[in-house]
Amino acid sequence: MLTFVARRVALMIPTLVLISIVTFTIIQLPPGDFLTTYVTNLSAQGEQVDPAEVAALRARYGLDEPLPAQYLTWIWGIVSDGDFGRSFEWNRPVAEMISDRLPLTIVFMAATVVFTWIIAFPIGLYSAIRQYSITDYVATTIGFLGLAIPNFLLALALMWMGLNVFGQDSVGGLFSPEYRDAAWNLGKVLDLAGHLWVPMVVLGTAGTAGLIRILRANLLDELRKPYVTAARARGMPERRLLLRYPMRVALNPFVSTIGWVLPVLIGGEVIVSSVLSLETTGPLLLSSLQSQDMYLAGSIILLVSVMTVIGTLISDLLLAWLDPRIRHGMA
Amino acid sequence: MSRSDVLLDVQGLKTHFGTDDGVVRAVDGVDLSLARGRTTCLVGESGCGKSITARSILQLVDPPGRITAGHVWWHGDPDAAEPADLAALDPRGERMRAMRGADISMIFQEPMAAISPMYTVGEQLVEAIQLHLPLSRRDATDKAVRLLGRVGIPRPEQRMHAYSFQLSGGMCQRVMIAMALACEPSLLIADEPTTALDVTTQARILDLLAELQADTGMAMLFITHDLGVVAEIADDVAVMYLGQVVEEGSVTDVFDHPRHPYTQALIASVPRLGSRGGRTSRLAAIEGIVPHPLLRPAGCSFHPRCHAPVGDACQELPPELHAVDGGPAARCHWYDDAVRPEGRTLPVIPVAPTIAVTPPAPVPREEAAPVLEVRDLTVHYPVKRGLLNRTVGHVRAVDGVSLTIAPGETLGLVGESGCGKTTLGRAVVRALAPTSGQIRYHDDKGTVDLAALPDSALRAYRGQVRMIFQDPFSALNPRMTLLQLLAEPFRNPALRRDRIGSETEQRVADMLVRVGLRPEYMRRYPHAFSGGQRQRVNIARALITRPRLVVADEAVSALDVSVRAQILNLLADLRDEYDLTYLFISHDLSVVEHLCDRVAVMYLGRIVETTTTDRLFDTPRHPYTEALLSAVPVADPHRRGDRAAQLPDELPDPAAPPPGCAFHTRCPHVQAERCGTEVPQLRGIAPDHDVACHHAEALELRGVRNPISSPS
Repeated sequence: MLTFVARRVALMIPTLVLISIVTFTIIQLPPGDFLTTYVTNLSAQGEQVDPAEVAALRARYGLDEPLPAQYLTWIWGIVSDGDFGRSFEWNRPVAEMISDRLPLTIVFMAATVVFTWIIAFPIGLYSAIRQYSITDYVATTIGFLGLAIPNFLLALALMWMGLNVFGQDSVGGLFSPEYRDAAWNLGKVLDLAGHLWVPMVVLGTAGTAGLIRILRANLLDELRKPYVTAARARGMPERRLLLRYPMRVALNPFVSTIGWVLPVLIGGEVIVSSVLSLETTGPLLLSSLQSQDMYLAGSIILLVSVMTVIGTLISDLLLAWLDPRIRHGMA
Repeated sequence: MSRSDVLLDVQGLKTHFGTDDGVVRAVDGVDLSLARGRTTCLVGESGCGKSITARSILQLVDPPGRITAGHVWWHGDPDAAEPADLAALDPRGERMRAMRGADISMIFQEPMAAISPMYTVGEQLVEAIQLHLPLSRRDATDKAVRLLGRVGIPRPEQRMHAYSFQLSGGMCQRVMIAMALACEPSLLIADEPTTALDVTTQARILDLLAELQADTGMAMLFITHDLGVVAEIADDVAVMYLGQVVEEGSVTDVFDHPRHPYTQALIASVPRLGSRGGRTSRLAAIEGIVPHPLLRPAGCSFHPRCHAPVGDACQELPPELHAVDGGPAARCHWYDDAVRPEGRTLPVIPVAPTIAVTPPAPVPREEAAPVLEVRDLTVHYPVKRGLLNRTVGHVRAVDGVSLTIAPGETLGLVGESGCGKTTLGRAVVRALAPTSGQIRYHDDKGTVDLAALPDSALRAYRGQVRMIFQDPFSALNPRMTLLQLLAEPFRNPALRRDRIGSETEQRVADMLVRVGLRPEYMRRYPHAFSGGQRQRVNIARALITRPRLVVADEAVSALDVSVRAQILNLLADLRDEYDLTYLFISHDLSVVEHLCDRVAVMYLGRIVETTTTDRLFDTPRHPYTEALLSAVPVADPHRRGDRAAQLPDELPDPAAPPPGCAFHTRCPHVQAERCGTEVPQLRGIAPDHDVACHHAEALELRGVRNPISSPS
């Protein structure tokens, strides 16, 4: 077990190095850099830009150096003293900007995963046991709707409902205006919970629908396994049989979700958070990409990747803990 | 059987499955009585409704299956004045649940799959005990350990913490038996409990069941398609065909005087150990296959396959169960005085018709150069462990094997699963690359070493050395028609032609006819065919390139008895017609005896004995061969109990074989001298008889025919 963990952790390092290189390269792929975008914007507003000043900025940010050198400078800063570089656009350290938003993003993600589980588990269980019943069909239909409706559309619909049906005075954001800059207290937490459900539902529906289908299919497979019949033949009561035997095996995809739902959530989160104007890393990433603010964009993508890789590790370890076949299959 | 002896009485049981295509009458009026303390075997080919009958007793049939009529009277409750009708109970109700596992237990065909992999076997055993007995967890655990010891599991305290996937199939079946017997049931239903196991393991499990039955006095309903097992274990026999019992009687009655044509044909189609096949005999295969239950023939459902129909009545009137001479009963018009023509009786099945013309005997081996010479062949698989995935050892699947096959000869390769026989076969056809050694193939153009050839040069030989695979279902690509499957070897990949020329098509058609399939079928896909038909397609695919050597890897193991007889006959016919040489890999010694000229016995990657079929079966000189031979159940109830000592324990780990003779850990004849220290080499002890045993000359071993074979 310990060797397994050690090997998995060791394998994470090359993965992360590769991710950071790829990230950095992709950000640099579009023609131009932050300064050209900056100059274009200024020119579009009719302002004159002094080429000498641009050259000075270029030299200061090291933009004329070859890409590998830029990459090494950036990554060395991160590894040596947690310096993620400076955001050109905001003229603030990237680390500072991210630490403003990352905790909320993590809370948001975790809440969404838990929401997905809570909804998907009973529905998937029920529609597997009562296969082809009315309830199964209803759950299936809702599930497919959830898969098919684009997230942002759902977000807009819920915002409209929040305004017109429930009469909320503020939609979007994670806090009401009065709490936005307040210190943390019970009221602020409650306020957060009151706002969090909309993005949670929006982002969770697709994952929930997928998970219901997976759980249903897995459980249907397991229910036909000989060990279920064998346990029934031993006189095991149905409910206990179901929860103790096939359910345990069908649980695996739930745990695996941590690994595969995170990237999906992160991708969806960018759009949903922009629509709902949430103070998470998503909208920040979008704007930084648009303005080619390379250190900010690179750092966010890198952090999100690290989270995903760690999430995958956690889910693998959980799986090994849950499933003896995996635990004993690894040396 | 008197009333008080009856434990379970099934009357007119019908279990039907409502499907989109119609109602499948899987069980259609079964009458069956089980006596206290006796073993009743339910036999028949697959698809006859044996398992569904057994599951109906405990109401374990999965939807859409449903008991639609009939009664299952349970006489097992001593306090009840009236028998209880199990068929009338609610399948999910408390009374049914309380019966299961407590009064009636069940064990299944695939023991690995019947135990949940998520909990240790100990946890599941304790749970099974506590379901029905009011024991504390500690007492239940003690009982569980005792039970594991009782069913012959060594070191039961440690095995309590093992998971099913850490145990062998035989161990898992023992665990299942322990669970089934935990609450001392009056009836044990065993649904093909040994079919998935090795022949040596099967023999030990059968012994265990017989022993436990003698101890506890429980009754047993034993379902099997293997008549050898029936002869070994049954007191009473019920033969099923298409959802009905067609014959029942005591085991000696049924084997000595089978009444129903189906029973007669079943018994005739089994190659019996000790009744030497030789090249002249054929098996009396039943014609055709079990029809799909939706297409049940009118009248007597067996009449299309019957060797001796009485007359029109067979096609029109469903026969009743008639008692014959007071004892056994058969569902056949031959025993209906109203139907049978005056003065005529059922003609006896022509048992094992022999071919009139003697086919050419295999060319004596001294004259012809061998087709294949395998020299010191090894196939090792690395075992990887640890942080850096380093190779820490090797599984020696094949460990220095040498053998020769003469042209026209059939060489049988036998051994328990895990002994490396399949790996050897695959290495011979070069489906995998050997680690070292030579595979020398001889033809008119000279000799090549297939083991040393690169893949590109192998192509020339791919058509000459072919393979027939075990599983007829997964060996054929479901997305290709028979024509595409069979024409594949002729397609030139360089031309990328998807069209198949008319010449090739003619060849495919001829080949299909030759293996007994209609040429019209060539545009159909494999799913349209039964297992036996698919195995014919497999054979056709192997033979269409006109090979010289065919490696048949358990080619008949997955087939039903009657279909197996058909395929064995076909293999024998094709061998004579095309002058084929076979390497016939099988764990079934009776089949090997029937088909093969010579036999090589493998144990843990090495050949331990090789000689002619006659010598091997009559005078085995290696203790392992003796053990294998004695483990085969013989389809003759009069020879029951006539066997040598059983092999203890399971196969050792091939990654760490025991020092000295690899077999010495299980050998009943092991001696202090040399066995544990010195590896025995394969050496000739008689003309054409090689054995790898230090004490081959000194041992007294039992063959199949003569009780004791000692060195002459």
